[in-house]
Amino acid sequence: MTEQITILLIVIPLIAAPITALFKQNFYAWMITLLVSICCGVISGYILLEVIDGKHLIYELGGWRPPWGIEYKIDSLNAFIAFIVSVIAIVTNIFAYRSVPTEISKQNIGLFYAAMQLCLLGLLGIALTGDIFNLFVFLEISSLSSYALISMGKKRQALTAAFSYLILGTIGATFFLIGVGFLFAASGSLNISDIANRFHTFEDMQLVVTAFIFIVLGLALKAAIFPLHSWLPNAYGFAPSTVSIFLSATATKVSIYALIRVLFDLYPVDYWQSLLFPQILLVLGCVGVIYGSFRAWQQIEIKRLLAFSSVAQIGYIIIGIALMSELGLTAAVIHLFNHAIIKATLFIGAGILIYRSNTTKLEDLRGFGASMPWTFAAITIAGLSLIGVPGTVGFVTKWYLLEAAIEQSKWIVVMAIVIGSVFAIAYIWKIVEALYFNSKRKIHIHNVKSGDIKVATASKSMGLALWLGAFSCIYFGLFTEFPFASAYAVAKGLLGL
Amino acid sequence: MMSEFNMSDALNYVAGHINYWMIIAVMMVGLYTLISRTNLMKKLAGLSMFQTAVILFYVSLGKVTEGTVPIIDQGYTLYSNPLPQVLMLTAIVVGVATTALGFALVIRIKESYHSIEENEIEAMDGKE
Repeated sequence: MTEQITILLIVIPLIAAPITALFKQNFYAWMITLLVSICCGVISGYILLEVIDGKHLIYELGGWRPPWGIEYKIDSLNAFIAFIVSVIAIVTNIFAYRSVPTEISKQNIGLFYAAMQLCLLGLLGIALTGDIFNLFVFLEISSLSSYALISMGKKRQALTAAFSYLILGTIGATFFLIGVGFLFAASGSLNISDIANRFHTFEDMQLVVTAFIFIVLGLALKAAIFPLHSWLPNAYGFAPSTVSIFLSATATKVSIYALIRVLFDLYPVDYWQSLLFPQILLVLGCVGVIYGSFRAWQQIEIKRLLAFSSVAQIGYIIIGIALMSELGLTAAVIHLFNHAIIKATLFIGAGILIYRSNTTKLEDLRGFGASMPWTFAAITIAGLSLIGVPGTVGFVTKWYLLEAAIEQSKWIVVMAIVIGSVFAIAYIWKIVEALYFNSKRKIHIHNVKSGDIKVATASKSMGLALWLGAFSCIYFGLFTEFPFASAYAVAKGLLGL
Repeated sequence: MMSEFNMSDALNYVAGHINYWMIIAVMMVGLYTLISRTNLMKKLAGLSMFQTAVILFYVSLGKVTEGTVPIIDQGYTLYSNPLPQVLMLTAIVVGVATTALGFALVIRIKESYHSIEENEIEAMDGKE
């Protein structure tokens, strides 16, 4: 019975999306999307509770036995990722109700929500599937809908950002497909656990190394790992606020999940360790942390600043994976969760700024904090967790990451994390300074009708979404049992302990 | 162990893998077009070629020498592998969707920038 539930995570959004596309009014389309995401949240939470003690749920599509049929194999990692994605979807949708009508033209609202659901469906599919070709299909479903979503941004740069994301994303997906083809040629199978079980029979073939390089490159492009991140700042910077929140919190995380799956489940760990791959990842992660944080500090616009900080945060996750220890992996998996919360909260904050003043340029927003103390307090809390102040979620990750690095005496990694945090203080301070301490100047507000009530107040639903995020930043920083228990179970499972 | 270089062996190797060589050629033409052109339409054309090469690769992967169409019938024992072809049906659909979305974006870009040359668009964005 429980197995049957897993497929509902895919089926519900798949059925609801075309129905949503028929609605023109914001309220109905929004209501369906919210209900879909709540359903997905409840189901994935239930699945997570089922598998957290190391059990597996296996669902065979259409009753075809693997390796011939497609199989959904749920362990604690899958369930954890699916849970993150659906919870973020709920929070995003709470925010979306007021924001979408101001940013999306009226005739596109139904299609917008439909694309949001398709994106959710793709991301959940990647998280659940145990078939590597099926993973490619879901990767493309989520990517195609996110290209469309990004292109709906208000400024025309959103179009070029979406186009370059389309080109790079498709190259990434095609690389992944080539890799899968090579692996299929070598193994004759597409089922992840089947390939892993029979890996020793074909591991000497040159084809397998080539397949590994193609698959990893493709996924690294989708995950925006440091030298392949060029699409990310523009895409998240110019997308509509709702889309920035959802994608920044989930899309790259899910690609990193796919990468973890490939590294630890598809290929044996010893195999890619002998290719010097952990060292390469470690260097890329460290450089990514420093570069991303530095570029974030240079930005003069909040959304682009946050996007560059995402590049840095992905670096932390990669460092955690590359350390290859129980503690490092735990840190990486916790950070998938923590960063999703933090970035969602910050982008919701940026979304409220856009809603009220139509701008995110720091110099236009000088002194705006005084007129919106609550919103601003939440942004500050999320900013502090990004830096990693004790008592917030960011601290938990950095603590475990530093511990893991010190355990292996990798001092360069420790240095990179510290430098990254210093730059994080600098760029969060830029926001705080602009909004709080430059109160002398008159606030510049663009393109808002005079007497428009929305300049004076942010709507209640937006405030609710923002404070949900800010509250969980602190809650999960103080009571770490839930994310830690899940992440620790995941790390143990991956390393086969 | 290094065996002596034999011209006919080398030729046989090239001729025996002729489909793969041609696929590599198509793939590289696509990728080069994608990288070198500034015109967005030509970029999309390159992207399509690149994807098509991968589709050809899969399809030729499934061919078994002397194998027939994979329909069970008396008198035939050797069949080609149908799985890669089925996979490629999905990949073709994905490719079509990508290209269509790309064209839609190019149209919108043309409407708002009055150009589809990448360098001109970048220059316009730089001014803002």
